[in-house]
Amino acid sequence: MTAIRRFLPGWLSSYAVLYLLFLYLPVIFLPIFSINTAATPKFPLSGVTLHWYEDLPRTPALIDATWNSLIVGVSAAILSTVLGILAARSITRYRYPGRRPINGLIMAPLVLPEVIVAISMLLVMLQLGLSLSLFTVVLGHVLVCIPYSMTVLTSGFEGFDRSLEEASADLGESAFGTFRRVTLPMVAPAIISSLLVCFTISLDEFIIAFFLTGTEATLPIYIWGQLRFAAKLPGVLALGTLLLFASFLLMTVAEILRRRAARRTQNEGGLYA
Amino acid sequence: MLERIQSERTQPDRTMIEIRDVTRSYGAFKALDNASLSIREGEFFSLLGPSGCGKTTLLRMIAGFDTPTSGSIAVDGQPMDGIPANRRPTNMVFQSYAIFPHLNVEQNVAYGLRRLRLDAGEEKRRVEEALAQVSLTGLGKRRATELSGGQRQRVALARALVMRPKVLLLDEPLSALDKKLREQMQVELRRLQQAVGITFVLVTHDQYEALAMSDRIAVMFGGRIAQVASPKEIYQRPVNRQVADFLGGMNFVKAEIVEENGASLVLDTLGFGRVKTDKPKAFVRNGGNATLGIRPERLRVLWDNATAKFEVAGKVVERHYFGEITHLIVEIPGLEKPLSVTETNDFGADDIPVGTSIRLGYDPEALVAMAD
Amino acid sequence: MTAAAEGSPPLRVAGSRRSPLLQSEAAQGFALISPTFVYALILLVLPILVVIAHSFWTQNYLTIDHTFTLENYRIALTEPIYRDLLWRSLYISLTVSLLTVALAYPIAYFISFHGGRHKSLWLFLITIPFWTSYLLRVMSWKVILGYNGVLNSGLMGLGIIQEPSDALLYNSTAVIITLTHAWATFAILPIFVSLEKVDRTLVEAATDLGDGPLRSFLRVTLPLSAPGVISAALIVMIPTVGDYVTPKLVGGKDGVMIANAIQAQFGKASNWPLGAALSVTTMIIVSLMAGATVLVFRALQRLAR
Repeated sequence: MTAIRRFLPGWLSSYAVLYLLFLYLPVIFLPIFSINTAATPKFPLSGVTLHWYEDLPRTPALIDATWNSLIVGVSAAILSTVLGILAARSITRYRYPGRRPINGLIMAPLVLPEVIVAISMLLVMLQLGLSLSLFTVVLGHVLVCIPYSMTVLTSGFEGFDRSLEEASADLGESAFGTFRRVTLPMVAPAIISSLLVCFTISLDEFIIAFFLTGTEATLPIYIWGQLRFAAKLPGVLALGTLLLFASFLLMTVAEILRRRAARRTQNEGGLYA
Repeated sequence: MLERIQSERTQPDRTMIEIRDVTRSYGAFKALDNASLSIREGEFFSLLGPSGCGKTTLLRMIAGFDTPTSGSIAVDGQPMDGIPANRRPTNMVFQSYAIFPHLNVEQNVAYGLRRLRLDAGEEKRRVEEALAQVSLTGLGKRRATELSGGQRQRVALARALVMRPKVLLLDEPLSALDKKLREQMQVELRRLQQAVGITFVLVTHDQYEALAMSDRIAVMFGGRIAQVASPKEIYQRPVNRQVADFLGGMNFVKAEIVEENGASLVLDTLGFGRVKTDKPKAFVRNGGNATLGIRPERLRVLWDNATAKFEVAGKVVERHYFGEITHLIVEIPGLEKPLSVTETNDFGADDIPVGTSIRLGYDPEALVAMAD
Repeated sequence: MTAAAEGSPPLRVAGSRRSPLLQSEAAQGFALISPTFVYALILLVLPILVVIAHSFWTQNYLTIDHTFTLENYRIALTEPIYRDLLWRSLYISLTVSLLTVALAYPIAYFISFHGGRHKSLWLFLITIPFWTSYLLRVMSWKVILGYNGVLNSGLMGLGIIQEPSDALLYNSTAVIITLTHAWATFAILPIFVSLEKVDRTLVEAATDLGDGPLRSFLRVTLPLSAPGVISAALIVMIPTVGDYVTPKLVGGKDGVMIANAIQAQFGKASNWPLGAALSVTTMIIVSLMAGATVLVFRALQRLAR
């Protein structure tokens, strides 16, 4: 029995390492082949080049898609964070009948098949006579970003001791002053973290953008279009690599900020819990 | 500085807080039921009771975090109706201390001063002074998250005192500290209150804390104030069994009222015979019976041939050793429950074998009559 | 804590004399959440109702006939092509959810019980790939499994195979592998959270009462983490059934799933009501499957005692 006990963690940690490899290996091939001279991604590499990256800024359609993605991402991040702040504050601070079902509804897009969410919105937007554009993409992205924003913000708001705000009022501060001097500084990291998370999701999101956009393409839609042409694969890999690094960077910063917020309110959890 | 505040104190019996017929109900539940109380200027006043008795509700209504459903509260003669917490002359030490985690010690203490727009030197001086009052000099730059429980408590105190409130409200301020630190802080808080001369209102569920620190105590049960008196009177002359029980061990003996007049009562009991006692101020007779109470430490073992003017005889059935004292359970013929006796170990009470017949002496002054 | 217990009971019914409009806590809380709530109503609930309504109508070239009919459902459930697609989608999503959970449990267990000081680092490492574009992750599998891909060229380079194999890409196995990878993180987190909640002294108590490590795991840890396992399975199963990108990129002809058919009805085929009926059918069937999964897990949990 003790033999098993000693053997188990060793076995488990090798499994954990293998699992990490399984998670990371596929993604690592994108950057590897993006600097390969050959157009087909196969081993051995035929040579190293930055040629595919140099081509990127010379593609006008790509520049347009980048702008579109930035516009959509920033708008979706701001809107969903604002809506997330309201909802997260309400959920963590107040108790009222219907609180759980409402929370469930707001979180639902997280677990529904995206295609179905996307075509449902498409139907309604067409019924309402909205012409498809970046605006409709933003509307869709906000819906799927809110659950993530809520998760980040709730972990920032949760341990927030209500007596901190009372203490501020007790020391003579007005309601607005309390918000500015206590509430905001306490939750600011969580808010920034939510903005970054939502921006990243919007930047990477494909299905909803695919259904709800008109003629303007976002970056994932641009990539999707290029995938048809085998010769353009290296360029797509280069672009994909840049997107990967952007996501890595943004999410790392977001996570660091979220932890700082959680530590302030002495609360663990967030994206993990 | 401390002397200055003290010398500014006006006549000692001025009322600082006047609570009149205050009720706070949540739907059908009454957290506070028609409470009236007046707290004097410069007094250390405690609201004592078990959790859910309404003491915190009352404190929060004085601070302005809760509003009476009916009744009124006045502080320093000013009615507090409609005055929000941030414009009341009271400051609070929260149970969780509510130290702002994003600010350091100095910034926490200066938090409320910022609104007063003092010049920088004056603000700094007042912060230093407040930190000195709570023995935190030199820790001003510490981050709030780096403080121990006791230090957080001191910061909370300094942050409230620096505002020079008319009343300092303390919500179970010592409950998060361990026993030793708690006892040390009791002494310090009492000293601090005497030094600054501000009216302190303390909420606690710990009877020893209330007894040790207060000038007067209000004991509360179920939203009602049961008794308001000095610690000594509350302990020695509780108005009913509930108060007596909450403030420590008490032997209860069934009694029949034989005679009642303005100042005294004559009671018949089985174990103690016929007893004449002072009639408590708030005594309201309820039928022909009453309860007679005596604290375990007011019964003493009579050794060998020693006698007392008043004594009862019985047999030791249990003995419990507590270091400096021993607790004896003594069966008295005629009493339905045995008596608890607390005796110091100086004379060998810890060596009395179970089963020994002993006699117990008492002072009739120690007997308390309580309404049933 | 008495402050919270005494000072703020769940509902503040009685009014504050100061601000009669904001008098109840319930009203304030509801007012605060209502913009987000209304947003979800308009962009989620309303659209789903519209889809359900459409599923009972008929497409008449460019217009829609609003007479009630169950014809779309008949087609969705009996036409061999849709029936097969539905079955395949259910089969794939069930397999993927069981696989992800089975693969995720040991890693979640490892992090929770043996993660030590590096617990949050491990979690961070595991979540990071999840935040990269889903499209890119699927694309990388295409690069790996393709005819001229990494796996084929690698195996050939090692001399294990002579000819590149075309059995790797464009079938349902490729879809299953890709989805299992893409949803891994989603399965780990709920299991990890439920394992974190397992009181460690319970495991010690089981050991104290004579259980070996395996038995105490089976009788204490596993049953107590069952809620996490169930939600992990559901959180993977429901979205994967409607996956579009993976079958389209790595599925080929044999890996087509129901979402591709739904998209076709809203795109080229332009038969919205049929597309709607397919969506509703998919949702209902996957809900039934989710319910069945919960029941099976519960039964297993009871057996474990």
